[in-house]
Amino acid sequence: MAEVYLNSKFVGAIDNPIEFSQKIREERRKGIVAETVNVYYNDKMNEVQIESSKGRARRPLIIVKDGVPLLTEKHMKQLEKNEISWSDLIKQGIIEYLDSAEEENALVAFFENELTSDHTHLEITPLAMLGHCSSLVPYGNFNQSTRLNAGAKNQKQALGFYASNFSVRMDMDVNLLQYAQKPIVNTIMHDISNYDKHPAGQNIVVAIMSYKGYNMEDAIILNNGSIERGFGRSTYFRPAIAEELRYAGGLIDQVGIPDKDVKGYKTEKDYRFLEDDGIIYPEAKVKEGDVVIGKTSPPRFLSSMEEYSLASSTRRESSINLKHGEEGVVDFVLLTENEEGNKLIQVRLRDERVPETGDKFTSRHGQKGIVGLIVPQSDMPFSSKGIVPDLIFSPHGIPSRMTIAHLIEMVAGKVGALAGRYVNGTTFDAEPEERLRKELLSLGFEESGMEVFYNGQTGEQYTAKIFVGNMYYLKLKHMVANKIHSRARGPIQLLTRQPTEGRAKEGGLRLGEMEKDTFVAHGASLLLKERFDSDRTIVPVCESCGIIAIKDNYKNRSYCPVCGENTEVNDIEISYAFKLMLDEFKSLGIYPKLQLESKY
Amino acid sequence: MADLISEYEDKLPPRIIDEIKENMPKGASDTKIKKILEAIYKEYMTARVHPGESVGLISAESIGEPGTQMTLNTFHFAGVAEMNVTLGLPRIIEILDGRKELANSMMEIYLKKHYSSGKNIEDLKQLAMQIKETTLKDISTEFTINIADLTIEIKLDKDKMKVIEVTTGKVVDAISKQLKGYNIRDNKETIILKARSKEDTFNDAYKTKEKVKEITIKGIKGIMQVLPVKREDEFIIITSGTNLADILQLEEVDAYRTTTNNVFEIEQVLGIEAARQAIINEIFKVIESQGLNVDLRHIMLVADTMCISGTLKGITRYGVVSEKSSVLARASFETPIKHIINAALVGETDNLNSVVENVMINQPVPIGTGLPTLSVKQQTKGKEK
Repeated sequence: MAEVYLNSKFVGAIDNPIEFSQKIREERRKGIVAETVNVYYNDKMNEVQIESSKGRARRPLIIVKDGVPLLTEKHMKQLEKNEISWSDLIKQGIIEYLDSAEEENALVAFFENELTSDHTHLEITPLAMLGHCSSLVPYGNFNQSTRLNAGAKNQKQALGFYASNFSVRMDMDVNLLQYAQKPIVNTIMHDISNYDKHPAGQNIVVAIMSYKGYNMEDAIILNNGSIERGFGRSTYFRPAIAEELRYAGGLIDQVGIPDKDVKGYKTEKDYRFLEDDGIIYPEAKVKEGDVVIGKTSPPRFLSSMEEYSLASSTRRESSINLKHGEEGVVDFVLLTENEEGNKLIQVRLRDERVPETGDKFTSRHGQKGIVGLIVPQSDMPFSSKGIVPDLIFSPHGIPSRMTIAHLIEMVAGKVGALAGRYVNGTTFDAEPEERLRKELLSLGFEESGMEVFYNGQTGEQYTAKIFVGNMYYLKLKHMVANKIHSRARGPIQLLTRQPTEGRAKEGGLRLGEMEKDTFVAHGASLLLKERFDSDRTIVPVCESCGIIAIKDNYKNRSYCPVCGENTEVNDIEISYAFKLMLDEFKSLGIYPKLQLESKY
Repeated sequence: MADLISEYEDKLPPRIIDEIKENMPKGASDTKIKKILEAIYKEYMTARVHPGESVGLISAESIGEPGTQMTLNTFHFAGVAEMNVTLGLPRIIEILDGRKELANSMMEIYLKKHYSSGKNIEDLKQLAMQIKETTLKDISTEFTINIADLTIEIKLDKDKMKVIEVTTGKVVDAISKQLKGYNIRDNKETIILKARSKEDTFNDAYKTKEKVKEITIKGIKGIMQVLPVKREDEFIIITSGTNLADILQLEEVDAYRTTTNNVFEIEQVLGIEAARQAIINEIFKVIESQGLNVDLRHIMLVADTMCISGTLKGITRYGVVSEKSSVLARASFETPIKHIINAALVGETDNLNSVVENVMINQPVPIGTGLPTLSVKQQTKGKEK
């Protein structure tokens, strides 16, 4: 007797559980039982689990009877002619969806030629086990699974031709690859997903060798000639948005070139690109600090004084300008209204991004790397056939990561480029490597893919042969231009007088608690003090009451707010943060008395 | 030779002197011995910690850095040991905090030679069972209160009693020793307790019933589990739960080697010096078990700071940190508001003698290059300062 559970609830017992569950399956295929029902017989627990609830992951498989798949050539032809559809196949009981539990009772064959009489199902395609992005990795079955994941993940960050109407779209914060190509080595998924309509990479010649150590630790070396011919060139679109906000009392923001008497007026130079309407003109080359949209806002608080003042200059400057480190060309200006009926101005800035050291590139096998050096074409190594690689990849990236597909793609790409055709590299269903190598031989190259190479600077032949081939390379959206940051002097916070934080605010790099400890551990006491001098202040202190005194630089006298003039006041050097803490103590009613003493 | 070495006795630590005596080649001439001693002295002086070296911080970094790797490794080792032992970072925290109650306290009981050698594990099992604490609850099946005459009836489990070799008489003895004010009657299968005072209420009876359950019939209080193990050539008993004071009283136990992992208990029973050594041993055990390498002297420094006041103090805001003389240093550790307000209430003075305070006010810290100062005689002009 086996217990039967329907959606995990006990419903009864049955004598012959295997027969019982098989019967439910038969009826499901006939359409008597709903297609969404799955049955699982657990022989260890001797129970039957019938599931019809939502939230189960299910996948389609071809049903096999007596070692023969029910899906035949006839069906395929009908499908091609659009006479039947996918749902018809399910209705006919040729394809069914299994959940993870029922899969335990099934024996699924990978390929049709593996079928035996024991098999219950056949995989539609082995590719079905992969997701969309993973299926875009050519020869994926030759990679370690972690690399396949990394490869899929990297492709999501690649720059590409994301929409063909990009020029009229107001997409903000978007990158566009300028000369995107469709890959020579592709998979079936590239066709299915119309990859050639929105490609995201370029086919380039890759040589696996080292070059003066500039491709250590996953770095790559680029040929400057290739960059000049358009490799990895992309455009970055940055937004600048202004809205005429309405405030209480009928006051409103005003877009226009601010008057000179407006509060917070910048310099005349900063407004030089604005046209009479206060908006920048297209194709203006702007740099940091330049105003893109001129705008003024009404005063924050209406004080009685200002109400009667004669000047109309109580308005505040609130223009949109380029922040620190930003630059570009005005690409597109849009004037419209938003949902609230406020005037809305959107300006799209375009910034051309030519590959530079520090930009991130990757192949489709999780072999990401950063440009370590850009070499003039004249200095690049070249093959005996005169081929100069576009990119040099370090051989040290291969053994530990075991990305065999990376190597196979190079051979396949080479064959494709030479023979002028696309190579199918679908995972589990690709053109075999052996055939590619034979074809390579017939094309007049070594079948190993290796070639004789010469030093680009001396012209000497390298002792080792170099493995070269064509690969599909992707430019990733992480570009140094967006990340580079340094500071010697710069803005400080008002409250603590310490440097601001973060790249956007031109901030400093914090020497933190643990970093401080390393200075102490080395006994570098004075160096430590200097590092923390960023908020150093000289403060006058009253000797008698120990409270911070006041120094009047105009009258050149010092006095204590408690003891008055008749007291000795001395200057001490402390961090401003400490002075702030003393002030906070005072606000709590705690009296922080400083007792001064000569240090020597 | 001896007098040449004795010349260095106040210059070098005794251990090094002993080592010199042991290893000095026989028949070496006096000039050679002198040269050797000079070289050793020079080497010793260079190996010493320099004045102003921040040993505490270096110890903290030296333990803390491998400690970051420990966090990740912790759970790999869980449950591998023969008994449930806290290992890894949680154990280190437990020791450094100076906790009195441990997550898994255990003892290693070594036995005197003639009790352990030449015996088999079965003999030891008996001894182990003698140590293990058995409460009345463990050997009885039922506790009932007779409401009419307010007596407590305890039904005993004869089978269980046989295993641990106790008779009803012994049980009665144990109860009478630990429960005062009650008449105890042995009824063969059951034991009946009746209060001597007439004012006993049902509530009292109920309380007594709960109390009686915990009465120790046999063994040593606190020893919850026993496990005899063979270690090298002898048998030892590993226990879960500790009671060092009582275990050491036992005739069979080798008091010199028997230990507990509860540092606090060692301090109570054996004193602060033993506690210091226990801290060192316990921390080193954990670090070693994780395959890490930390110099023993760093651990010794930690143990010293925990024990220097004469009682065991954890490195917490209640322990070592509360002993700091500087208000600002205490406030910068934990609960700053509490420390500042208490300092304000009593009018504390901070002399800014240590590192943290000087970092806060941006002055050179009195460590390393910040330690030496220039001593100059100031010419006093006019009034004296």
